[in-house]
Amino acid sequence: MHFWPLIRLLPKETHFKFVSFAPFAAVLSGIAVIAACVSLAVIGLNLGVDFKGGTTLEIQTPGPANLAALRTDMAAMGVKDAQIQQFGDPRSAMIKFESVAGVEPAQALTAVQAKLSSEFAGIKYISEDAVGATISGELLSGGLTALGIAILLMLAYIWFRFQLQFGMGAVIALAHDIILTMGMLSVFHIEFSLPSIAALLTVIGYSMNEKVISFDRLRENLRKYKKMPLADVINLSENERLSRTMITGATALLALSGMLFLGGPTIFPTIIAMVFGIIIGTYSSIYVALPVILLWGVNRNDGEAVKPIGARP
Amino acid sequence: MLRFERWKVVLCVLAILFGAVFSLPNALPALPSFLPQQKLNLGLDLQGGSYLLLEVDVASLKAEKLTNLIEDTRTTLQSKQIVFSGLALSGDGVSVRITDPAQVQPAYTALQSLALPVAGTVVRDVALNIGQDQTIHLTIPDQAMIKASADAVTQDIEIVRRRIDSLGTREPQITQQGTNRIVVEAPGESDPERLKAVIGQTAKLTFQMVDQSVSPQDAANGQVPPDDEVLPNTETGQPQVVKRRDVVSGEMLTGAQQSTDQNGRPSINFRFNGIGAKRFGDATMENVGKPFAIVIDKKIISAPTIQGPILGGSGEITGSFTTESANNLALMLRSGALPAKLNTIEQRTVGAELGADSVRAGELAGVIAIGLIAAFMILAYGFTFGGISVLCLIINMSIVIAAMTVFGGTLTLPGIAGMILTIAMAVDANVLIFERIRDEERAGRRPAIAIDTGFNRATESILDANITTFISAFILFMLAGGGGPVKGFAVTLMIGVCASVFSALFITRMLVTWWFSVSRAKQLPI
Repeated sequence: MHFWPLIRLLPKETHFKFVSFAPFAAVLSGIAVIAACVSLAVIGLNLGVDFKGGTTLEIQTPGPANLAALRTDMAAMGVKDAQIQQFGDPRSAMIKFESVAGVEPAQALTAVQAKLSSEFAGIKYISEDAVGATISGELLSGGLTALGIAILLMLAYIWFRFQLQFGMGAVIALAHDIILTMGMLSVFHIEFSLPSIAALLTVIGYSMNEKVISFDRLRENLRKYKKMPLADVINLSENERLSRTMITGATALLALSGMLFLGGPTIFPTIIAMVFGIIIGTYSSIYVALPVILLWGVNRNDGEAVKPIGARP
Repeated sequence: MLRFERWKVVLCVLAILFGAVFSLPNALPALPSFLPQQKLNLGLDLQGGSYLLLEVDVASLKAEKLTNLIEDTRTTLQSKQIVFSGLALSGDGVSVRITDPAQVQPAYTALQSLALPVAGTVVRDVALNIGQDQTIHLTIPDQAMIKASADAVTQDIEIVRRRIDSLGTREPQITQQGTNRIVVEAPGESDPERLKAVIGQTAKLTFQMVDQSVSPQDAANGQVPPDDEVLPNTETGQPQVVKRRDVVSGEMLTGAQQSTDQNGRPSINFRFNGIGAKRFGDATMENVGKPFAIVIDKKIISAPTIQGPILGGSGEITGSFTTESANNLALMLRSGALPAKLNTIEQRTVGAELGADSVRAGELAGVIAIGLIAAFMILAYGFTFGGISVLCLIINMSIVIAAMTVFGGTLTLPGIAGMILTIAMAVDANVLIFERIRDEERAGRRPAIAIDTGFNRATESILDANITTFISAFILFMLAGGGGPVKGFAVTLMIGVCASVFSALFITRMLVTWWFSVSRAKQLPI
């Protein structure tokens, strides 16, 4: 029974040279962030009605949904830019349309429903969302404010608990995580709506969790090994917390996997953002936050008094 | 030797009991009556239902106030026998030109009586000033308008509540949001059109005399005397000219019922209060043989001819009603008129089936998550430490569910995702502790010391890590709009973070301490 518990299989000590890969990672991250920004600028986010205003309507008909007939109907009603697509089941369809100036989406919804009910016998409305322009504007600015405040509070908290360099490293890494996650949503045209803000804040929370654990080790080792070069202390700390990083990352992904595959199309955009963010957040702790600290340098004389040269802790 | 203070044991036992007792009703269908029966609130996205966000139409409220102001100005000046011209809306106020320059000052004084103090402010509800060319301007100050719309919201909430209650919707929640918005949440209501229909009607009932002196041609061209208005007639389809002044209005109603008239058609019976009955009686006595209009929301429902004085204060409205529309209208009249029109600016509905599907998917995902994590932790850390963390995880989950149940938190679909993420966070705390214990043992400490130091060293990291998550959940709670689902996620995450810190630092520690005091292991099995 030497192979179990499996934790025994992990080498007791590892000596990966994390820092020596940092230049490659920096190039990789740089390219990825630029690509994400380009995608956000060119393709843009697939904003849901929460942020763009308008109406979405999920319907189910007794037989297979007749998308062509639905399209003709919507066009006949003069609805602007109606998108109609199958949604999961062949009997289900998702109808999405923008608001027309001067008409509240809720009013438009009433009219569309009346028309559809008269055209398609036995039609059922599975879910409906109608968001007016004022509300969508408020939701978007509220969501962005929430992200901004969250990042600033994280900076303040890390600054208070560690040093400013750590806080900046964490914040740059958080920005990296959020840009890449939003870039991924943009590239794959995954809907960005209110729950996506929740997902991004969760990613911030998880990513910060990683950074704090990493900084904690680093700070402890900086106090222990006063004379060791910073790069070596970083390598040592990351090796020490490696098994925890892998186990926690694995559990988080395992926990979300059920929801990802079985949660259904409504929650999928939220979960995929979380899953992606967890992976990126783990990566950025090692290859964004720590390199920033490495480049900036740290104040190694805080806390305990400097020990005389040659003293072993 | 490892110590675990008695008060901590008591705290742990209480927390475990709390978790078990209050989360049980969610898992089991029937429980003995001495146990709490309260279940977790499900959000609208999980149980199905409708969410409406209504906004008071301030523009139309102001327009209505200005119309009344014109009428009041006319009556006031007429009663003082002051000759005027050009009484009309101008900009966002009303202006009137006094013909005789000598009468401008008396007119100003007379009109000042229209301005009433606004409660809680220093302004009056009408501001007057004398402009050039003997003109008097009357405007409604912004502060008065804000107060008026706030008052309108308060009254609208009451009326909307009465109307929705009478639809028989289960536990509707009607709350004010901000200064001029109303949130309506109706669990289980999958047809929001019904809600919108009853909310959307202002249901202002008035009885107005028909002005027979205006020819139909003039009426069609809009050439009507200033104290008349042209209203559509839903019964005949022909617009009719009526006096602006109400003979009686809906506030004086004490009751309205759907019934049938002598021809068996649906109709509405109504009854006035004392003042209404007197006014209605006088008006019908003076105008026998003339038609009067029954007007609801600026539409003439019918315009019967007065056959004789109606003195009892009750009557019947007939028109082109169906039983349902008569019933609805009677309900509207009973519950009173909305002082201000409401616009639906956000509407979300989830069908009950979709909600039930989401609950099933969420439960399954939760069970899979716990199963996978339990298997993984036992594989990684063995039965002792893996088992302890799984036990701790289950206790943690029951505490989260119990806390959500007791504090009335609402579980939503993103909330389930939040709960699952909490599981991962709780496991992380255990992993941090176990890793520290491993480190200490590897550094050559004896097991008891390794366990003790491991917990102490991990505590700081666990707190730091969870405080950051709590901060982001709290921000979400404070700032995220859109009501239900996202707020539910934030609440779940906050409760989850607190519970997982507690269960890692207290319950895991208690279990590890007990295990060690029983086994007295010479070497830790991790």
